Amino acid sequence: MSRKMIPVFVLLVIGALIVAACGQAATPTAPSGGGEEPPVVETVEVVKTVVVTVEAPAPAVTPQVQIQVAQAPGFGETLAAIQGRGNIICGVNGQLPGFSFLDPEGNFTGFDADFCRALAAAIFGDASKVEFRPATTQERFTILQTGEIDVLIRNTTWTLVRDSELGLNPTVTTFYDGQGIMVPTDSGITTLQDLEGGTICVQKGTTTELNLADVMATEGVTYTPAVFDDVNATYGAYGEGRCDAATSDKSQLVSVAKGLLPDPDNHVVMDLTLSKEPLGPVVRHGDDQWFDIVRWVVFATIAGEEYGVSSANVDEVRGSTENPEVRRLLGLEGDLGLKLGLTNDWAYNVLKLVGNYAEIYDRSLGPDTATFIPRGLNSLYTDGGALYSPPFR
Amino acid sequence: MEKSRSLRVQSSIPLWRDERFLRILGQAVFLAILAAILGYLTRNMLTNMRQQGLGLGFDFMRLTAGFDIGEHLIPYDRSSSFLRAYQVGLLNTALVGGLGIAFATILGVIFGVAQISSNFLVQQLARAYIEFLRNIPLLVLLIFLYTAVFIKLPRVKEAVMLPGSVLLTNRGVAIPWGIPTETFSLYVRILILGVFLAIAVGGLLAWYGRRTGRAPLTLLWSVLTLVGIAVVGWVALPDSPLTLDPPAVQGLRLAGGRQLSPEFMALLLGLSIYTSAFIADVVRAGIQSVSQGQVEAAKSLGLTTIQTLRMVIFPQALRVIVPPLTSQYLNLVKNSSLAVLIGYPELFHVSGTILNQSGRAVEMIALVMATYLAISLLTSALMNWYNRRVRLVER
Repeated sequence: MSRKMIPVFVLLVIGALIVAACGQAATPTAPSGGGEEPPVVETVEVVKTVVVTVEAPAPAVTPQVQIQVAQAPGFGETLAAIQGRGNIICGVNGQLPGFSFLDPEGNFTGFDADFCRALAAAIFGDASKVEFRPATTQERFTILQTGEIDVLIRNTTWTLVRDSELGLNPTVTTFYDGQGIMVPTDSGITTLQDLEGGTICVQKGTTTELNLADVMATEGVTYTPAVFDDVNATYGAYGEGRCDAATSDKSQLVSVAKGLLPDPDNHVVMDLTLSKEPLGPVVRHGDDQWFDIVRWVVFATIAGEEYGVSSANVDEVRGSTENPEVRRLLGLEGDLGLKLGLTNDWAYNVLKLVGNYAEIYDRSLGPDTATFIPRGLNSLYTDGGALYSPPFR
Repeated sequence: MEKSRSLRVQSSIPLWRDERFLRILGQAVFLAILAAILGYLTRNMLTNMRQQGLGLGFDFMRLTAGFDIGEHLIPYDRSSSFLRAYQVGLLNTALVGGLGIAFATILGVIFGVAQISSNFLVQQLARAYIEFLRNIPLLVLLIFLYTAVFIKLPRVKEAVMLPGSVLLTNRGVAIPWGIPTETFSLYVRILILGVFLAIAVGGLLAWYGRRTGRAPLTLLWSVLTLVGIAVVGWVALPDSPLTLDPPAVQGLRLAGGRQLSPEFMALLLGLSIYTSAFIADVVRAGIQSVSQGQVEAAKSLGLTTIQTLRMVIFPQALRVIVPPLTSQYLNLVKNSSLAVLIGYPELFHVSGTILNQSGRAVEMIALVMATYLAISLLTSALMNWYNRRVRLVER
């Protein structure tokens, strides 16, 4: 009898402990973990939670407190973490030649990859302190939300839902893109109406999938979508002739056609644009300092092009320039870098080690590369494009 | 002894030493712990989601889906709701599951019987088929069938026409298909009448057989009745109820007939042959479980091999076959979710798209799990009912 009782009592004690643990966990309304976590982590979480709960009745509080609240959640955390770690973790595509792709030496190259390097140059004065993290379409937002990466530079379209509901902050548009349709040259397809009754290869869970349905419904063209899980499956099937056409961002079509199809010259991107696709770096909600750093690093490359400062002449310009705006940009006047939480030579480092926007663009997408895309909208506003940096002041 | 025990109970053992009470207490405590853990996890998830500004609920299923689906058995377009998209996926799963079960069963029985054939070549071929298919992962088989077989078929311009006007291209396989004419609905009514008549004939003959002790060819006569009525109806109607629509190449596309996409074909073929290998072994084991004496007895009664199989072996083998067969059917339906990798829009594929476009991960995954659970329970309920019917009634 009494021996049988022992397990029962053990169970009872365990049960009581668990219930007690639950009760304790309930008090601080911490998002995850009960009493097992180290106390340091818990206090951080408590601070976060308090801030979030305060946000709702914020109007009732005095203005000074509001400013504090606006800055409090995670402000400066990302930069501190990056500096502590010694490198920046950058989420990239990894499958897109011209944007981010492994070269034969095993380095990530491309337009998106260079902006990751520009961030590292601004923070560390060393463009090589980047860890690239290839991400799929599906996981990209989750790994950013959970802090697995510091910034997502992965041909990601800026939309309202992503900006709000997904808890993300698109920073600046680095590449103005539009959705296009690629067809085999010998198919004779030139308009949307030619695609009547056809099949179109598209990637699953993307904005292009939705845009395609929108446009085809508006134009009254019936078609069959063939939906695939990743870049390689989509263009593999298209290359085999499974579909009449493939649709995606034009930049992706060009780079994929040049990089992944066996017969790139037999395919052409149709002369029509289905949608606006502004692509650029994305950070998560909650750290405004990091948000500012990422967007101003991009602006620094654009300003560099505007004032004719490149990696080749930046030292010379630094020694001779009289232009106050350039002097502020290069850290000769004022303390713009300190305001961002960086050093004053942050923009100098970006321009010296990575280059200005034109250099970054031409290195990966310029006329001398295999993945040439005309600059079009991605020219300075002075050249009829959409690139426009706010003043450095 | 008896008396003393009852006395002891009456002299009231303290509650905490009463074995019956402790047993119940133990179970109650276990349940309480389980509920506490589950409740804790759920509350944790809800707190997390509230902090990210997400709510739980299925209201979003009424929102506009916004994406298109390649193959749908019910009307669907981009302005349909997420719920409709989900139903499209569910029906596609049902289609591939139903056809897959039918084909896998037929192939499985054939190869199962062939495996114990006395013909050496037939036996070895069946063994090779089963061993090959059973020992490669289904996912590998599906991707092989899709990327190395169906996508590699000739392009539309060089389409291959098989006898019976079946077109083979890498856009899919097109088979001839009937198009209903005005008399089609009338013909359907004639067919329904034929089915009823066939059942009546079968019932009558079975009753007659039981009365006289002679075995009339019940099945043959009822099928003949149905076929006879079908043929007479077809000829008697002024217009034939279906016109045959053979597929053809029209420009760069296929036109006419019934077009089956490469994704569908690869999935159906892969699931069917993969599962058939397992079913073949189940069938073989079932047949071998019938004792040799039964076969010898049947032979000495003068039954032919086919008759022996049909009337002696199978009825007894079924009780061994049906339970493992049920789990093979369940596997087939669940394995259809692997289609997500070759792009056939079945339940899991469409749910993934809904999840991605609506951002409702928890709800969609829960819904998918509940749906597969329901399909599996339904299938096994049907098979259990059938199992009770074929069970050996011991007298």
